[in-house]
Amino acid sequence: MPVTIEIPTAFRRFTAGAPKVDCSASTIAEALTELTARFPELSRHVRDDSGQIRQFLNVYLNEEDIRFLGGESCCVKEGDRVLLVPSIAGGSL
Amino acid sequence: MSDLYELRCKECGKAWGNSPRSFCEDCFSPLEVFFDYDSLKKTVRREHLAGRAFNMWRYAEFLPLHEGYAAGGDVGGTPLVASTKLAARWGVKNLFIKNDAVCFPSLSFKDRVVATALAAARRFGFQTVGCSSTGNLANAVAAQAAQQGFDACVFIPADLEPAKVLNTAVYGARIVRIDGNYDHVNRLCAQIADRFQWGLVNVNLRPYYSEGSKTHGFEIAEQLGWKLPDNVVVPMAGGSLIGKIAKAFRELVALGWVEAKPVKFFGAQATGCSPISSAVKRGLARFEPQKPSTIARSLAIGNPADGNYASKLIRESGGWAEDVSDREIVRAIKLLAETEGIFTETAGGVTAGVTEKLIREGRIHPDETTVVCITGNGLKTTDAIAAEFPLTEAIAPRLDAFEAYLESQLPAAAAAGA
Repeated sequence: MPVTIEIPTAFRRFTAGAPKVDCSASTIAEALTELTARFPELSRHVRDDSGQIRQFLNVYLNEEDIRFLGGESCCVKEGDRVLLVPSIAGGSL
Repeated sequence: MSDLYELRCKECGKAWGNSPRSFCEDCFSPLEVFFDYDSLKKTVRREHLAGRAFNMWRYAEFLPLHEGYAAGGDVGGTPLVASTKLAARWGVKNLFIKNDAVCFPSLSFKDRVVATALAAARRFGFQTVGCSSTGNLANAVAAQAAQQGFDACVFIPADLEPAKVLNTAVYGARIVRIDGNYDHVNRLCAQIADRFQWGLVNVNLRPYYSEGSKTHGFEIAEQLGWKLPDNVVVPMAGGSLIGKIAKAFRELVALGWVEAKPVKFFGAQATGCSPISSAVKRGLARFEPQKPSTIARSLAIGNPADGNYASKLIRESGGWAEDVSDREIVRAIKLLAETEGIFTETAGGVTAGVTEKLIREGRIHPDETTVVCITGNGLKTTDAIAAEFPLTEAIAPRLDAFEAYLESQLPAAAAAGA
């Protein structure tokens, strides 16, 4: 059973329109590597020049921001959902 | 561009015209409204403001409003109070309180941002508008949507203060309570904006929405006699307002309406949710998200979208950021009420409490002009301070009962040094 990465609309032009991509990975980092290996154009949108996840891209494992789970080295298991969400929303103060 | 403004990426600079989007699809960075200042300079003058009402629409040329937009509602135009008693208490001169606790129509600064967001919603043809909110924004969206004939659907954390929920419900807005904190609500709204054709004011209309914040800064400068202050103390949740006040000041300088001068920006947060103030104090390039735990619910955003921009601005301006405990927040709410007659919500307690701390630390100097931005009304967060004021025992409606009451109170008053 794979891990499912949910793709936001803005990224779907790089995934041939696919809203979800399944992959077999044991960490978030591996899942993202598999995703960008399959869709190389997506690579520069996910990571910046220094290889870090882009500042304004939030990555969630199920309901939790991965920064609360130790970052992209955190483990994933069968049936987990990985969400890529732009860091756009927010309060205004 | 046919409009005098358009969206551009804050990081890569790519232009995106005018449309309901808030991030650059090339680099995922936020979009911001950029104005053609050269054209503005030719068409708008400070003297034009003379005949206009004192509300946010007097600065219409600086707002992303489409041609022919009939701005509605008496929004903004709030007092800048020259403090005497609080200033004396803190040992400073030239202290001003910008009081958006009395901003119309819903008694918070959020009325300003919703006003420009709904102008954009009208332009882009949305019938349903909404937001993710810690309360004040939902109030403002519900009130102005009712005024202007939009359908409103707002998303809030399930455990929000009852007064803030009621102040949204009364306008007939649909309220969706989310079992999670504000950051969960935010994430959901980003996904909803991705799926549905709704105008979510702080998601897909965010660049237009946040421009409304500038009017808080324009008013400060105008009320100071077209001068910029030395210091501004601003509450921070998502970290946007502080940047927009800075933008307002830059625009006034660019158009020659005020003299350029260095302004120090100070950010205020609650210790229980302080990702931005922590980043400033620790010198971090990127903030670390937090799980909020504070009575200042309107500032309880652990993953602030503009957090890194806010901390950079603060550092580069020579300002600082501080945070205060829940106890200090309550104390500051009472102090502001007792000295200036301004009843602010918990966020205002944060700002006032942090200002006091900054003065004590010597980061704000007594002779400088300092503006403290109060952004919401205390009637919305009475739960946070109710325990401070237990009900006194009722007395009989007789003069002897009152005399007995006075007698019983006098020793206590004497003991308290009255």
